[in-house]
Amino acid sequence: MKMLDAAMKRHRHQPDSLIEILHTAQELFGYLDVQCLKYVGHALKVPPSRVYGVATFYNIFSLKPRGAHTCVVCLGTACYVKGTAAILAAIERDQHVEVGGTTPDGQVSLVTARCLGACGLAPALVLDNEIHGAMTPETALARIKAWTDHDRG
Amino acid sequence: MIVDDIAAVRDREHAARAAQKARIAVCSAAGCLSTGGSAVKDALTAAVAEQGAGTDVRVLGTGCLGLCHAGPLVRVDAQDAAPAMFEHVTPALAVAIVSGVVGGALPAEQRCDLTQPFFTRQHRIVTSDAGVVDAERIEDYLAANGYAALEKVLTEMRPEEVVREISASGLRGRGGAGYPTGLKWSTVAKAQGPGKFVVCNADEGDPGAFMDRSVLEGDPHRVLEGMAIAAFAVGAEQGYIYVRGEYPLAITRLKTAIRQAERMQLLGHRILDTQFNFRIDIRIGAGAFVCGEETALISSIEGKRGTPRPRPPFPAEAGLWGRPTLINNVETYANIAPIILAGGSRFATLGTEHSKGTKVFALAGRIVNTGLVEVPMGIPLREIIYDIGGGIPDGRTFKAAQTGGPSGGCIPAAHLDLPVDYEALAGIGSIMGSGGLIVMDETSCMVDVARYFMEFCRDESCGKCIPCRAGTVQMHEILLKMTRGTADERDLGLLEQLAELVTRTSLCGLGQTAANPVMSTLHHFREEYMAHIRDKVCPAGVCPMHAEDRP
Ligand SMILES: Cc1cc2nc3c(=O)[nH]c(=O)nc-3n(C[C@H](O)[C@H](O)[C@H](O)COP(=O)(O)O)c2cc1C
Ligand code: FES
Repeated sequence: MKMLDAAMKRHRHQPDSLIEILHTAQELFGYLDVQCLKYVGHALKVPPSRVYGVATFYNIFSLKPRGAHTCVVCLGTACYVKGTAAILAAIERDQHVEVGGTTPDGQVSLVTARCLGACGLAPALVLDNEIHGAMTPETALARIKAWTDHDRG
Repeated sequence: MIVDDIAAVRDREHAARAAQKARIAVCSAAGCLSTGGSAVKDALTAAVAEQGAGTDVRVLGTGCLGLCHAGPLVRVDAQDAAPAMFEHVTPALAVAIVSGVVGGALPAEQRCDLTQPFFTRQHRIVTSDAGVVDAERIEDYLAANGYAALEKVLTEMRPEEVVREISASGLRGRGGAGYPTGLKWSTVAKAQGPGKFVVCNADEGDPGAFMDRSVLEGDPHRVLEGMAIAAFAVGAEQGYIYVRGEYPLAITRLKTAIRQAERMQLLGHRILDTQFNFRIDIRIGAGAFVCGEETALISSIEGKRGTPRPRPPFPAEAGLWGRPTLINNVETYANIAPIILAGGSRFATLGTEHSKGTKVFALAGRIVNTGLVEVPMGIPLREIIYDIGGGIPDGRTFKAAQTGGPSGGCIPAAHLDLPVDYEALAGIGSIMGSGGLIVMDETSCMVDVARYFMEFCRDESCGKCIPCRAGTVQMHEILLKMTRGTADERDLGLLEQLAELVTRTSLCGLGQTAANPVMSTLHHFREEYMAHIRDKVCPAGVCPMHAEDRP
C-alpha cells in the first residue's frame, strides 16, 4: 500500500491518473480486488462506480487473482493465420483450463492477446512475460509442462 | 550555450566513430530479443572486452533490422569493408564475429545476403536509423543529425513556415485514415487559446501490425523530435504519448529517451535556449482496441473509460480537456524531422500523386520474409510480397493479402499489380491502414477470416452505440452459422443488409469500418461463401461445417 500511496502522490492525486494508478496497483498486487479499487477511488476522489467502470473496461486489468504462471496466447491476425487457435485448444484440453481462467491448483492462468507486436515470429506466446515465437501445440505444451512439473513436484 | 554543447557531442561522436575499426549492431527490438538477442549482445560485449578491442569496436543495440524471422540479427559495419549481416546468431557465433572483426576476416556462415531484394528494394526514411543508432543513447541519435531539424525550426523558422513545409510535403497520417498532416496542423495552429496539446497515438491496435512498436523501440528520439516540432508549429506546451500496455520495452525506451532529452534541454523548459517550452508525458493504454480512435484515446488519457464521442467537434478544436489537440500517429511524427531537413518539396518527389513518401509495412503471415520493410508509396503489391517478401513458403500459393486490420479488407491475387497507395487500396475495398500486411495462402478460409475479424470487432466494441454493439454480434452469429454449415441464402442477404446498416449508422470508426472485412471478402471471394452456404463445404478445409463442433 505504501508504494501505491507513493505513486498516487507522484501524480498529485489527480483523478485523471486513475488508469496509471490501476496499472501500478496491478503490478504490485497481481490483480485488483474490490478493497483496492475502493481505496484508490477514495484517495483520488473518484466515485467507486467510475473506478469499477474503468477497471472492467480495459482488458489488461484483472479483478481475479492470477495463477503462479501466466500464459498469454496471441490471437492476432498473423498468429491466427499461422495456427494459434490450435495451440490454444491444445492448452485448454491439456491443462483443463479455459481462457480467462486458472488451473484448479492455481498454477497456470490462460489469457489471450490481440497481437503482441511480434507478428514476425508468429505464432507467438508470452510465457511469464517472455515472448516465445514459432510455437507449435507440442512446444507450447512442453513449456507449460516444464513449469508445472517443476512446481507441482 | 546548449547549442554548442550539442555540436560538441556530435563532434565527439564523429571523432570516436572515425577512430573505430568497426561497429557491431545487434537488433534490440522485442522480436530479436525474444529469440536470444540479449544473450548475443552480452556475448559480443564480453568478447570485445576480452580481446581488448574496446576502443576499436563498438557494440550497439539498435532498432529493428527488418528480417524478424531470421533473428537474432547482427550487422557489422567495418571501416574498410562492405556491411555484413548475420542471421540466427548464437552467443558462440557472436564470439566468432568479434574475432573476425579483430582479425580482419568475418565468419562465412550464417551470412544474410544484403544484396537480396528484401534489402535493396527498400527506401528507408522512417527506419533509416536502424543499425546506426543505439536506441538507448541520445548521443548516437545526435550524431546521426538527430534534433538538427528541431534546432532548425526553433532558430530559423516561424510556426507558419513549419506548417507550410509539412503541407508541401504532402504527408498524410500514417495511423490509418490518411488525413493530410499539414491541414491538421494548420487547424490546430489556428485554433484559439492557450493550453493546446500534442498527442502521439502509439496504441497500435491493429493485430498483425508492429511498425510503430519498432520505431518506438528503435528510435524513440525521432518521435520525440517530431512531436516537439509539431508543438512549436501549433503552439502547444504539453504532449502525451499514448502507448499500449502490451509494449513494455517501448515504454521503457521512451522513458529513457525523454529523460535524456530533458537533461540536454531538448525537451522541457527553454528548449535549446529559446522561449519554447514543451514537456512530454507517457500514458499507458490498458488493452482496449477502441482507444486507438482519437476521441476514445482522449477519454482514456483523461483517466476514463475509453469510449468515443461524436465528431465534430474534432479534437483539433476541442480535444483533451476541451482544448485544441493535435493527434498524430507514431510513424507520422517519425517523418517530420526528415521532411524539415530535406524540405517538403523534396519529400513530395517520392510516391504517387496523392500519397507521398514511404510507408512502413509489417509483413507477416504466410510469407517467407516476415519482418519490417519500408517502401516508396505506389510500389506494386506484387513486388512487396514476391520480391521483398520472398513469396509464399512451402510451395503453396498466394490467396489474399490483408491490410488495414479489422477495418480493412482482403486483396485477392487478381489485384497483385495494384500500386500501394491510399486511393488504390480504398478503390478495391481495403484501406492502407496502419501498415500491417498479412499474407494468406490456400490454408486460410475467407469466411473464417471474416468471422475472425467480426469476432474481434464484437469483443472490442465499446458498447456505447447500438448499431456497433448489436450489429457486430448479429453479423458474427451469421458468419458463425456459415462456418458451421447451417446458414442459407437468406442469411447472406441479412448479412449484407447488416453490413450496410452498421457502416452507415455507427458512432465511430470502429463500427463504421467493422463490416469492411466482410464486404471485401464477399466481393472478392463470393464463391467461397456460396460453397459454405449452398454446398456446405469449406474449400480451404478450415471450418468445421458441423453445428456441434467449435469453430
Ligand atoms: C477503431 C479505431 C482504431 C484506431 N487505432 C489506431 C491506432 O492504433 N493507431 C493510430 O495511430 N491510429 C489509430 N486510429 C486512427 C486515429 O483515430 C487517428 O485518425 C490517428 O491517430 C490520427 O493520426 P494520423 O493523422 O497521423 O494518422 C484508429 C481509428 C479507429 C476508428
Ligand atoms: S498477431 Fe500475434 S504477435 Fe501480432
